Amino acid sequence: MQDRPSVSELLDAVRAFLEEDVVPALEGPRQFHARVAANVLAIVGRELAGEEASLLAEWQRLAVVLGEDASAPPARLEALRGAVRERTAALAERIRRGDADAGPFRDAARAHVRATVEDKLRVANPRFVRS
Amino acid sequence: MLPGGGVERLVLRRDPPGHHVHSSRRDEFALLAAAHAAGLRVPRVRWCEEDPAVLGTPFFVMDFVPGETLARRLLRDAEYAPARAALPGQLAAALAGIHALDVRAPGLAFLPRPPAGETPAAAELARHEQLYRAVTLDPHPALELALRWLAAAPPAPRAEALVHGDFRIGNVIFGPEGLRAVLDWELAHVGDPMEDLGWLCVRSWRFGADAQPVGGLCQREEFFAAYARAGGAPVDPAAARWWEVFGNWKWAIICVMQARSFVDGARSVELASLGRRVAEMELELLSLTET
Repeated sequence: MQDRPSVSELLDAVRAFLEEDVVPALEGPRQFHARVAANVLAIVGRELAGEEASLLAEWQRLAVVLGEDASAPPARLEALRGAVRERTAALAERIRRGDADAGPFRDAARAHVRATVEDKLRVANPRFVRS
Repeated sequence: MLPGGGVERLVLRRDPPGHHVHSSRRDEFALLAAAHAAGLRVPRVRWCEEDPAVLGTPFFVMDFVPGETLARRLLRDAEYAPARAALPGQLAAALAGIHALDVRAPGLAFLPRPPAGETPAAAELARHEQLYRAVTLDPHPALELALRWLAAAPPAPRAEALVHGDFRIGNVIFGPEGLRAVLDWELAHVGDPMEDLGWLCVRSWRFGADAQPVGGLCQREEFFAAYARAGGAPVDPAAARWWEVFGNWKWAIICVMQARSFVDGARSVELASLGRRVAEMELELLSLTET
């Protein structure tokens, strides 16, 4: 167990330093890159806060769409990431083969993909998904 | 410094030594010269030096065009309100002029062209799918859905034209009064002129001003009408729509490629962050292809 500050508090401290001290002191491309760097830290903070819950929901949706067992998600985060990746690759392959061109699978696949993309945006760019 | 003591401001364009690019300065020079000769708003090019012994890499020199390029200033600052009003018509006229250039002129023989027997739409789609498959590190069901939509109904071939290839806010110089110069010609090719109209409507190039689909400036119908008034071929909204979907899809693929080059070792926080922008285009693609 590490001492405080927590990971998210540390990230926040660096992000605030970049935004409040570094960005105003730079100009041109370096100022732009400092702004991008601060934004990347904000992305990391949001991802750490919500990754596990978001992956679990995604794993469950994928199981339903692909008609697979939805009862026992992997317990460890790394295994959960791997399982979501594997099922997402399977879904992408079925779309590529034309299975989602029409019919109920199309609707189910699109609903899942939209929910997943919105989850990605809530991490990468929350303003985009709200607008 | 000019004979007689006057001073002239010029711009030298060259690749950094050792930089590997596919575009050539000589080709860009020829293209800008042709565009300028046709009366289009581009920097006047002055001379081209292909001998790398002179400055280390080939270069050309063009007139300096003063003005602003930052899209967010254009779309938000009060100073640029007249430019916002003038630009839809000016950009439409610039595109119509670009599309009227003669792609069979001997000086433009270098331009990439679709392979014989393939429509520009099918050729661009196949080329970018190949790029995507070669570099992606993740599966993207949203991009696969969009690809199925695109492959199902590519627009029929129409008269081939010079396509600028990166015509958008951010790649033009403007002043408070409006358009001053069209820049960034290195992706020019022969293809379907509707490609440029679709690319200009890509959501990212609205820089947040989403109520105005064309570059954050105006409605599609308004722009298409201005394009036709300026001499462009009548716009088939379905074809323009296809190219808009393609543009969002292509921009997503470019971001996937940028993320890949970061993962492969290019040290740039900007390249890294572009990987996380793919989701923006994915959402837009889902919305555009819903029906």
